Amino acid sequence: MRDPDDITKRLIEMLSRFLLEHDPALTDRVTFLRARFAAGLAEVHYPLGDGGLGLPRGYQTIVEGAFEQAGAPNNAPELNVIGLGMAAPTIIAYGTPEQRARFLPGLWTGEDIWCQLFSEPGAGSDLAGLSTRAVPEGDEWVVTGQKVWTSVAHVARWGILLARTDPDVPKHQGLSFFICDMTAPGVEVRPLRQLTGDSEFNEVFFTQARIPDSDRLGDVGSGWDVARATLMNERMAIGGNVPPRESGMVGAVARTWREHPERHRPDLHERLLRLWVDAEAARIASARLQQKLAAGQPGPEGSAGKLVFARLAQELSSLEVELLGDEGLLYDQWSPSGNDAFDFTGRGAAFRYLRARGNSIEGGTSEVLRNVVAERVLRLPPEDRPDTTVAWKDLPK
Amino acid sequence: MIADLLTSTEEDELSASLRGLLAARCPSTRVLAMYDGDSSLAGELWPALGIDMGLAGLLVPEQHGGAGASARDAAIVLEELGRSLAPVPFLTSSVMAVAALQAAQAADSLRQIAGGSLTCALAVPLGTCVTTFAPTATLDDDGLVHGRIGRVAGTEGSGLLLVPASDPSGGLVLALVDTAAAACEPLASLDMSRPLADLRFAGSPAIVVTQGDSAADAIRAALLLGAALLASEQVGIAQWCLDTTVGYLLERRQFGRLIGSYQAVKHRAADLFIEVETARAVARYAAAAWADGSEDRFVASAVAQAYCSDVAVHAAQECVQLHGGIGFTWEHPAHLYLKRAKADQVALGTPGDHRAILAGLIDLSM
Ligand SMILES: Cc1cc2nc3c(=O)[nH]c(=O)nc-3n(C[C@H](O)[C@H](O)[C@H](O)COP(=O)(O)OP(=O)(O)OC[C@H]3O[C@@H](n4cnc5c(N)ncnc54)[C@H](O)[C@@H]3O)c2cc1C
Repeated sequence: MRDPDDITKRLIEMLSRFLLEHDPALTDRVTFLRARFAAGLAEVHYPLGDGGLGLPRGYQTIVEGAFEQAGAPNNAPELNVIGLGMAAPTIIAYGTPEQRARFLPGLWTGEDIWCQLFSEPGAGSDLAGLSTRAVPEGDEWVVTGQKVWTSVAHVARWGILLARTDPDVPKHQGLSFFICDMTAPGVEVRPLRQLTGDSEFNEVFFTQARIPDSDRLGDVGSGWDVARATLMNERMAIGGNVPPRESGMVGAVARTWREHPERHRPDLHERLLRLWVDAEAARIASARLQQKLAAGQPGPEGSAGKLVFARLAQELSSLEVELLGDEGLLYDQWSPSGNDAFDFTGRGAAFRYLRARGNSIEGGTSEVLRNVVAERVLRLPPEDRPDTTVAWKDLPK
Repeated sequence: MIADLLTSTEEDELSASLRGLLAARCPSTRVLAMYDGDSSLAGELWPALGIDMGLAGLLVPEQHGGAGASARDAAIVLEELGRSLAPVPFLTSSVMAVAALQAAQAADSLRQIAGGSLTCALAVPLGTCVTTFAPTATLDDDGLVHGRIGRVAGTEGSGLLLVPASDPSGGLVLALVDTAAAACEPLASLDMSRPLADLRFAGSPAIVVTQGDSAADAIRAALLLGAALLASEQVGIAQWCLDTTVGYLLERRQFGRLIGSYQAVKHRAADLFIEVETARAVARYAAAAWADGSEDRFVASAVAQAYCSDVAVHAAQECVQLHGGIGFTWEHPAHLYLKRAKADQVALGTPGDHRAILAGLIDLSM
């Protein structure tokens, strides 16, 4: 093992050298970010040569701290949550060297926004039941079908796509994973409005869209394994980061409490303190989980963090509306805001309340995540399912 | 003995005819349009309900031109209005303003409301309950009203505002102001099916209907009866959410099974059913207590609000959740119920406010 103090020292040296050679004040944003990636200072846990140094995730805070202190531009991660949180780790784990070199730099700098083309009208929780077909033709795949709830598809350059390549085998075995050019002919994005009034997500229609076989990630028929890795990363991305104490939703409610002494009531106080403790406990638990993970891939344990995150976001935002009384009902605007960043804690209390309802649906519903924890962590037997052994094409639709 | 909590044949007929009318005239797509600025539904519905069906003056005594019906009937109506989210001023005008005007013996205004020629809104913020009420407007020596009252429901399309104000000597008065004489600024808020407005008075002419203790009593009557009957609206919301959810659980398949066949989901539906049935009993009891003038009506109102508010919110949240992605969309009506349920939870006092009121009534204060 390398000595942690030694790593820290060398990392700090690298950072100072990089900042000397690339003065943030004199370098244009994209050039700066590309150089940062090339130097392995994008995400320290990415592999050497792919924007990282192969170090444990924990060291990233040193890097972020140094760049922030130097006033360096960042890669606006809030605009590319799916790219950074889901596509990148999947490409790192399953991509060929050519794919990693081709996609990761633009993804990490934020030049390319990514979306996740998984869910379909008939296949949400039961993702492996999806019916979008990819049929081989020469060295291409011809894709036909429909995706739904695709966040940021309307601004995405690339998408990670799960499609059925073999309908004659049981459903988990007939899937393959592709990288999809969102500008390709035959890919059509239609916005869908959601209950907040915004249009964060879309329907995506594929009509004989062509994807080169070189943009397939992982083996033909192994799409489910690749997708599972993506989903574990998604759940970590939603619920697995370690925010500062009293930030995010609990921070918003705590601020409201302090600003409105006239609305203080014993029952609200009791609930707020309970949730504050829960949020702090969850924060410490995700720190511990991250330490356990170090540089590795997240496992099903990440589902627990996402579950807790959703419950807390919902109970806190719900409490905040009650705390504010009728003032908490005010809403800034019902027309789509046109904001493409993921924004769980911005805008008013009523917006936060509504947006938080999605937290227990997106990235795997809380019901399904409980099944994941029970079946994959605790190894409890699954419920009877009629659909895992039959060829996909013979399943009742 | 506990009052009769079942419905009579006439009450069943009232709900059936209302439900039929609202199913035809108040589709959720029209309610949804209110969020995008088209509130034409409100203007179309009220003549049919308020005048043709006589709901405007349902609680107004017959001698003042009303139907002289009881709080039980109003509860039946509100349950249907909740089920359909009908954007009509029944609660604000026909229940609350009527309760205050009746306490103040304002016969002329009662007659106007019963005739359906205008509606009236009690000018208090939506979240007001008896323990948080405080007048923010003032009445000057010339009988003109000044000041601002925020987030008031039922003002849109109303003819009269019933304004609590402090007179020059600091006493409480209740005064009628022509809605046209106030500046009403419509607000964007969580529940656009019951729009809110900020009211500003800059020397608006007013007619004092009552003052002092009697004004305070009139306001209390409105807030308490409103709270008791709002519970029935909440039951209607919760029932729609339960029915719609169960319908979906019987239709949607994932993993080769109906999602309603998963025990984790089934148990949630069962729990929700029990909550909704309990809420209905509690809301009916509160309505009956007011109809009968029972001494228990204050406890019954506090219990009804403390219980039914959370049931409606819970039912709406479950409805969104168990619909998955579809429940999160603008097109699916679930969110309209979520928004009304959450706004109703705050309306006329939060469950916490009502638990505190209850504590005082049952000698369990801190
Ligand atoms: C805001 C938002 C953003 C999203 N972004 C994306 C995206 O970018 N890309 C993408 O591919 N998808 C996205 N999704 C889709 C999301 O992943 C799905 O909505 C989710 O997986 C649920 O699928 P469904 O909507 O089909 O619901 P269903 O699977 O039909 O579920 C309906 C209900 O049944 C329950 N249920 C299902 N199976 C079981 C079971 N076995 N046991 C117990 N309960 C069960 C569910 O928990 C849910 O409550 C997004 C969704 C939302 C709300």
